[in-house]
Amino acid sequence: MLGLDRKDTILLLVVALMALLAPVLLNPFPVNSPLAQFNAGYPDLMQRFAIFGIFAIGFNILFGLTGYLSFGHAAFLGVGSYSAVWMFKLLGYNVIPAIILSIIVAGLFALLIGWISLRRSGIYFSILTLAFAEMSFRLAYSVLTPLTNGETGLQVYTDDPQILLGDGPHVPHLFGMMMRSSTTIHAGPWEFTLPVGYYVCAVLLLASFYLAIRIFRSPFGMMLRAIKSNQTRMNYTGLSPRPYTLAAFVISGMYAGLAGGLMASMDPLAGAERMQWTASGEVVLMTILGGAGTLIGPILGAGFIKYCENIFSKINEGVLHGWFGGLPDGVENALIWVAEHFVGSGWHLTLGLLFMLVVTFLPGGLVEGGQRIGRFAFRRRDRKASDAESDAAKQRNPAE
Amino acid sequence: MDAIILQILNGLDKGSAYALIALGLTLIFGTLGVVNFAHGALFMIGAFCAVTLQRLFTISYETIDETKTDFLGNPAKVQTPYVESWFGPDVGQAVIDWSVPLAILFAIPIMALVGFAMERGLIKHFYRRPHADQILVTFGLAIVLQELIKHYYGANPIQTPAPDAFRGSFDFGVLLGFDPNHIIYPYWRMIYFAFAAIIVGAVFAFLRFTTFGMVVRAGMADRETVGLLGINIDKRFTIMFALAAVVAGLAGVMYAPINSPNYHMGMDFLVLSFVVVVVGGMGSLPGAVLAGFVLGILESFASMNEIKQIIPGIDQIIIYLVAIIILLTRPRGLMGRRGVMEE
Repeated sequence: MLGLDRKDTILLLVVALMALLAPVLLNPFPVNSPLAQFNAGYPDLMQRFAIFGIFAIGFNILFGLTGYLSFGHAAFLGVGSYSAVWMFKLLGYNVIPAIILSIIVAGLFALLIGWISLRRSGIYFSILTLAFAEMSFRLAYSVLTPLTNGETGLQVYTDDPQILLGDGPHVPHLFGMMMRSSTTIHAGPWEFTLPVGYYVCAVLLLASFYLAIRIFRSPFGMMLRAIKSNQTRMNYTGLSPRPYTLAAFVISGMYAGLAGGLMASMDPLAGAERMQWTASGEVVLMTILGGAGTLIGPILGAGFIKYCENIFSKINEGVLHGWFGGLPDGVENALIWVAEHFVGSGWHLTLGLLFMLVVTFLPGGLVEGGQRIGRFAFRRRDRKASDAESDAAKQRNPAE
Repeated sequence: MDAIILQILNGLDKGSAYALIALGLTLIFGTLGVVNFAHGALFMIGAFCAVTLQRLFTISYETIDETKTDFLGNPAKVQTPYVESWFGPDVGQAVIDWSVPLAILFAIPIMALVGFAMERGLIKHFYRRPHADQILVTFGLAIVLQELIKHYYGANPIQTPAPDAFRGSFDFGVLLGFDPNHIIYPYWRMIYFAFAAIIVGAVFAFLRFTTFGMVVRAGMADRETVGLLGINIDKRFTIMFALAAVVAGLAGVMYAPINSPNYHMGMDFLVLSFVVVVVGGMGSLPGAVLAGFVLGILESFASMNEIKQIIPGIDQIIIYLVAIIILLTRPRGLMGRRGVMEE
């Protein structure tokens, strides 16, 4: 279907189904139950799942396929956000022009940075991209204030031209469907919210995912893998890797721009902190955690990190007391003392630890973890079942 | 002229910090071949050694002084640090006052231990992994260390003053024949620069003039052959890692009075130090030191008002701009060796 083989079609359909049913699947607990705090099916979080999913898919096209580790990808996200908000300011609140412009601007920006940075490889490439991103971040705060509105962040004011606004709604909308609006379904004690904004993101996520599958399976994708496994040999066969890496860089920059544009569409505000290098680090974490070089990995990684961020930050001492309340006082206090480091504002500590563990023991990320469990459970099944996905995971460590 | 001298002086202290961190990074990279993203965290831990020692010295007990009352009319409570009651008020005050310099002694064993534990516990498993993996795992470690410090010391910067004797500034201009108060330079920054120079000199002398240093240099050039000669090069490299951690830590201890330590200072310096290392040339120790000072001074020049008027915003981006230009025109950096990090 759609030029995909059977396995990829199934993968795409599974992702599509999950994206479609996310508001239901992510709300497994009734509203008033004590477990309701683990529900993730509210608009803001689901949108973040989809947006960061897109961001990570794009990053994976560069890092997973070519092995070029960019530490400045957040710059494209930031640029995308700014362009989207500018579209809101100049044209009006329809998200379509905003998203299109953010993709184009981020693509051009990526073309410029990639054209320079890709002259070098390895850690030099990482440092160059990092340097460009930090430059953009700092300039956005200082000299480019007329464009970015500095520390206040770019936002829409009532005296902006907005020439196409007409009598449309004064919030981001898609031909009249407001991003913030949602339908709530009550089913017994459960409550499911179906937000418009999320479904816009989800549709784009699916489109991005489909495109990524096509890139992975195309001759172009094969070429990118060749660059990762042995660039010298590729040179010897008379192929210049530069156009391919540059194309991959620009594509992943456009994905980031799309994510940035969507972020601004959900909440018409753009700040420079989206470009900071910690934000670049975050997308690296997501991709690695999910499994770099695999198709589904980045989405899993993005979802996992955003979900844990949300849940872990919510847990506080009171919740912990509730959990460990049945234990003897000494044990309870000791457990809480330990657990306190990892929850609430200590969530980053958990993230750092998790990340170290994954890189050390599970370089293929969650996908590899799943495959190992699968292999353990179905050891008697055909070995061939471990397929191209695991091959891709193995390519993380090319023959040296 | 005086403005130029002033900017050079201003650049020296930041340049010293860059140079010291970059030196440690290069030592680690040159010996173990590991890209250590947690090096900024070591710098930060060093600064927090100073904070910790200051806090230890000022641990106090409370007594009630009947002769005074507080604003509510109750008898005033007086905090007396233990060091004051042990050594007498004068010595005690002096010890507290000098807590930052004393923290050097305190930080050396701690940093060596941290470095040793880091190398044996984590880095050793990453010798043969791709550089990307090394970057990622040390990045994770940096987050962990940073968050632990944040958990125990809070998110706000902590004032760690220099000893009273070094407060105030030195009138440098008089020395060179300018008017008084034209070129003034804080004492502590002078000390920081001198300290950095001593550390850099000591590291170079250690590598150049001792047998241990000779073996390490040989190991940097050809690890395998040195290993085949029956020398336990891994052990020596571990010691070099600990040394690099100590250098970064001491840079942090002495930096504490210049910039109050906070938990993310390591990350702030790390990014810049990496740029410094790359500009200097990956794996070149003199290059790292040179680039550290050059970039520090360039940064302070770029923050002059005259220059900012010509090119607005240049002070924010000068280091990155220089790095980009250097990387594109001299791919090996200022003093990079052939064959290092070239796939």
